[in-house]
Amino acid sequence: MKHWWWKLLGVLLLLGASVAALRVPLSPALVHVEPGRIAPGPVELTLTGYNTHFAQEGVKVFLENGGERLCATEVQVLSPTLVQARFDVPEGLRDHLSNVVVVDVTHGRLAIPGAVFTTGTGDGSGVESCAETLADAAPVKTFTFPNRNILYESIRNLCFHVPMWFAMIVLMAISVWKSVRALGSNDLDDDRAALHAVQVGLLFCGMGLVTGSIWARATWGTWWTNDVKLNGSAVTALIYLAYLVLRGSVQDPHKRARLAGIYNIFAFALLVMFLFVVPRLNAVDSLHPANGGNDGFGDLDLDDRLRTVFYPACMGWILMATWMYDLRLRAARLQERLER
Amino acid sequence: MAELRWPCRGNASTDRGRVRPTFAPVDFREIASLLRLELALDLRQRAAWGGMLLYVVSAVYVSFLAVKGGLGTATWNALYWIILLFAAFNALARSFQREEGGRQLYLYTLAHPRNVVLARALYNTVVMAVLSLLSLVCYLLFMGPEPLGGADVPQFLLAVVLGGTGMAAVLTLIAAIAARAGNGLGLMAILGFPIVLPMLLAVMRASKLALDGVAWSVNATYFGALLLLHLITITLAWLLFPYLWRD
Repeated sequence: MKHWWWKLLGVLLLLGASVAALRVPLSPALVHVEPGRIAPGPVELTLTGYNTHFAQEGVKVFLENGGERLCATEVQVLSPTLVQARFDVPEGLRDHLSNVVVVDVTHGRLAIPGAVFTTGTGDGSGVESCAETLADAAPVKTFTFPNRNILYESIRNLCFHVPMWFAMIVLMAISVWKSVRALGSNDLDDDRAALHAVQVGLLFCGMGLVTGSIWARATWGTWWTNDVKLNGSAVTALIYLAYLVLRGSVQDPHKRARLAGIYNIFAFALLVMFLFVVPRLNAVDSLHPANGGNDGFGDLDLDDRLRTVFYPACMGWILMATWMYDLRLRAARLQERLER
Repeated sequence: MAELRWPCRGNASTDRGRVRPTFAPVDFREIASLLRLELALDLRQRAAWGGMLLYVVSAVYVSFLAVKGGLGTATWNALYWIILLFAAFNALARSFQREEGGRQLYLYTLAHPRNVVLARALYNTVVMAVLSLLSLVCYLLFMGPEPLGGADVPQFLLAVVLGGTGMAAVLTLIAAIAARAGNGLGLMAILGFPIVLPMLLAVMRASKLALDGVAWSVNATYFGALLLLHLITITLAWLLFPYLWRD
């Protein structure tokens, strides 16, 4: 138990977090409103929900526009995920964009901000607010993931994509630490450790690129795009591939250890700057969360329930990566002893 | 060479195979004499400078023939940086290849490696500052100065010089590693390209913004980041070079 408790912990965390990340349902949300453009006069909106359970009774629908609320004159629940609402849209709404809101006892308040475009704006409609009839119902508490209108089910990828990069950074940091030691001690074993940390780190870099690419396809509509964060990750992969090429081109093991160690330290220091400092400059535009003045996941999407899965997933992947590195290093040591 | 003292002042000390470079304070007199040495060697080998300039002129002329004018500002800017990138690799790759065999050992006994790398980085910085401006003149001559019409010219020149010297700062240590690995320009391109790439993207953007004539405050972030990059890379080279130099 002394030496392998952390491996057991890693396996348990990884299994638990991965199952939870794939199985926990998304919270109910409105995903679509038809039509997207309305004009003053009678209007019929069809609202589509995801994971919703609208009951026949007690569903209220209203539009929010410039501080005013406009209630539906008639609401018809067609199915647990489909609601039809009729409105008498008055002249003179303040804003062009209206929020569509559904309130009922099961879900509380569900909304799509700025879902419909309204023509014929003015200084307010003057209709009587129906707010007092819509005391916000508390939703039923269940363990669900946030349902964001551009991410939907792909939010589960957070528990796979991000831990890959965390695991890679941890391995590269181990590698730099070993390289610093190798430069000081001239010990070839430290150099070997640095090499194997880089190799396992590159595996996680590759998995991070693949999961990120799939996610980008789902949310941004492209497998790859010109973005600081993406360029940074491509540069990371290139740097460590170059590290392997450098090792391959030097024959003398001590010289190889020194040259590779110097390149490793130099590259890692610049990498930290390119990956974590430059993308956060406000002068840089980025699609990626937490870059170029964007909000990170923590601000919008990472609620407490997702956190309870995300943090164990990170921990689990990091422990798994460290274990893989440990196994590879020990195998390499045995291999060398056999060859000697 | 009279100012360089002998023997082995401040070189790495060996204690049962452990290398411990001493943290001697930066010796400006030694750096000055090393710089004089670099300059004297380069003046003796004028062909080296001629080669660098001819490389730039050929690259610009090939682009001129291929493009036949009429470039938009963005492409004009990108093409200039691509030419300068390859010119930089070509110019800096030779910076450590002079030290072969005996010469390196001789220099090793005379000067502290940290002063050697500082002098070399400084010299490369000056070379790249001159080379980037000369390339710009040559580029303007062939490709036309139209994009400079709406530009903030001092800002653009600052971006050009900071970009060129930034490449020198980053590539000095890389050139040393590649030369020690005995695999000159080929290995240098592989090792250096991914490290230069993010800097190149930032400086391309900064110079594009300068060509569009934005206010200084907009570009200040980029210039700050580039100066920080200079500082970091030269510090790292200063720290790491003694380990590289030992055999």
